[in-house]
Amino acid sequence: MIDVNRDGEVWIFAEAEQGRLSDVPLELMSKGRSLAQTLSVPLGAILLGAGVAPLADKLVAHGADKVYLVDDRRLGHYQTSSYRHVLCDLITRHKPQIVLYGATPLGRDLAPSVASAMWCGLTADCTDLQIGDHTPPGTDQVHKNLLLQIRPAFGGNIIATIVNYDRWPQMATVREGVMPMTEADPARKGLIVDASADLDGLVLPLKVLQCERRQKKVNLKAARIIVAGGAGVGSRENFQLIWNLANCLGGAVGGSRAAVDLGYVDHDHQVGQTGTTVRPALYIACGISGAVQHRAGMAESARVLAINSDRHAPIFSVAHYGIVGDLKDVIPRLVKVIRTGAGIKA
Amino acid sequence: MAYDCVVCIKYVPDTKKVTGEAMKADGTVNRAALPMIYNPEDLNALELALAVRDAHGGSVTVITMGAPAATEILRDSLCRGADAAVLLTDRRAAASDTLATSYILSRAVKLLPHDLVICGRQAIDGDTAQVGPQLAEKLGLTQITYLEALEGLEGGTIRARRNLGNGFEVVEAQLPALVTVMDTANVPRPPAARRIMKYKKARSRPEVAAAVAAEMGEDADKDAVAAEVERRCQGLAGKGLLIEAWDLERVGADLAFCGRNGSPTKVHKILSVVLTGGEYKEVPATDEGVAELVGELIQEHTIG
Repeated sequence: MIDVNRDGEVWIFAEAEQGRLSDVPLELMSKGRSLAQTLSVPLGAILLGAGVAPLADKLVAHGADKVYLVDDRRLGHYQTSSYRHVLCDLITRHKPQIVLYGATPLGRDLAPSVASAMWCGLTADCTDLQIGDHTPPGTDQVHKNLLLQIRPAFGGNIIATIVNYDRWPQMATVREGVMPMTEADPARKGLIVDASADLDGLVLPLKVLQCERRQKKVNLKAARIIVAGGAGVGSRENFQLIWNLANCLGGAVGGSRAAVDLGYVDHDHQVGQTGTTVRPALYIACGISGAVQHRAGMAESARVLAINSDRHAPIFSVAHYGIVGDLKDVIPRLVKVIRTGAGIKA
Repeated sequence: MAYDCVVCIKYVPDTKKVTGEAMKADGTVNRAALPMIYNPEDLNALELALAVRDAHGGSVTVITMGAPAATEILRDSLCRGADAAVLLTDRRAAASDTLATSYILSRAVKLLPHDLVICGRQAIDGDTAQVGPQLAEKLGLTQITYLEALEGLEGGTIRARRNLGNGFEVVEAQLPALVTVMDTANVPRPPAARRIMKYKKARSRPEVAAAVAAEMGEDADKDAVAAEVERRCQGLAGKGLLIEAWDLERVGADLAFCGRNGSPTKVHKILSVVLTGGEYKEVPATDEGVAELVGELIQEHTIG
């Protein structure tokens, strides 16, 4: 661990794969900027890999004041122990007060390992971050300007705010898709630090025999309109109704975990706590009861239309419009109205 | 070559079964009303260990850290085929965060033979997926998370397929290693009828002590109670039915790293998610109702 260091920077681990930055570090930049501004410290990005130097400018354009770059062929393929080694080295030398990671499979593999080696705290899967004060119960000592790490817990049934006031840095992983990505500003200026870490004696215990990446079949995060189906759709055949409605609206198809588990639709389409977090202009939930895990992934949508035969389904609690009825009857009516333009006349 | 496996498991509230009965009047969850279960992905971890032992020989030891009630899933593990079980229980370990938990677990796992330490990917109460990686770091083991298939185990080398979310990788490493297992990795075997007959009688020492205390009453002589507990434990041990219970002294844990004091993360605030009745606009399920709705969405430029 490092000591409490009020001058420490705010850092974002800039996850990159196959020569390209992941979405999460860029999503984290706007939040990182506001945290750094509140604390009046610089925002740093940590960029590790082989041949990643060209990505540093993009991090600056998205808001980094500094980019700590470690470009080494031994870091070309991610391994827990080598990345942990470099991060612990950088943290020990530069003493940042906050280090944020995307809650991606890589971030969730790396961050706990760093936290264990540094003996510092780590909060998983945050959905929001703020700066605030904390007074430990039973004391009158106020710890000012801590990172408030806000996350759903207990299957999403509670929202917990976690702090770490003594064993720093304050570290958190942040869910993908919960923070809006800001536009890049190519005119921004930043410092690129060649942070030549101590790589001698670096151990690479894994031999990578094969690595395959594929594009997701659907990009739900970018969709303006999402039509999603749940267990209430009833069958894979009925799920065609969801596709029909999405097609005529130019939207993407989503599904609840139940629909995915029942095989109605592929996992790439899953919205919710274990799927994708979305914030479209319009979210149409069809036959989705609205378990808290699902609502956690779509409640930020600008408009929610819920179609469900059960008037008491929890999905209506986050809906702006609700239709209580059988989706097999309602969806064809919607499709007909949209196709014929009858809505315009109404 | 035979392999000794240690499987770390957790007894968790079934957060996926939040039904009406588990809701309080104010719309929040009554955690005490939720049934306690074997963390689902820990069953996949156990299955992986059992498959390794069945194919190569060796042993499977399950360990859980928690209150004495967690003996339940140790018993269940024995019924499913585990060779030995350890209950790590100590009041001073309460309120441990993931760092303190992994420290305490690491002290215990060090006392057990382990070529492979196997954890479920994550527990459904916290969903953090942190204890596995932190335990690997504390034990100095090579870490392989998100295992979705064990592709080979030969001469002390493991080959595993990892799920990367948007693809996969196949990696090879020398043992000892720690793996975390996804629910897609295998199908856990059910408890075997023959083993249930035997291990349903297995008890941990705190369970025996609780039973004796209940039978002998509050006024009973302390020494007599202790002697009776010892007698019963000896009897169980003779039949291979005593589940070991370790405390922090037994595993040589430094109290400064355990429990609340050993936990850097502290709870600042807890908000229950309240399920209130929504104030949505109800649209009639008729052609006219639907047409009016679509018109409204077009007018506000949400669609069209």
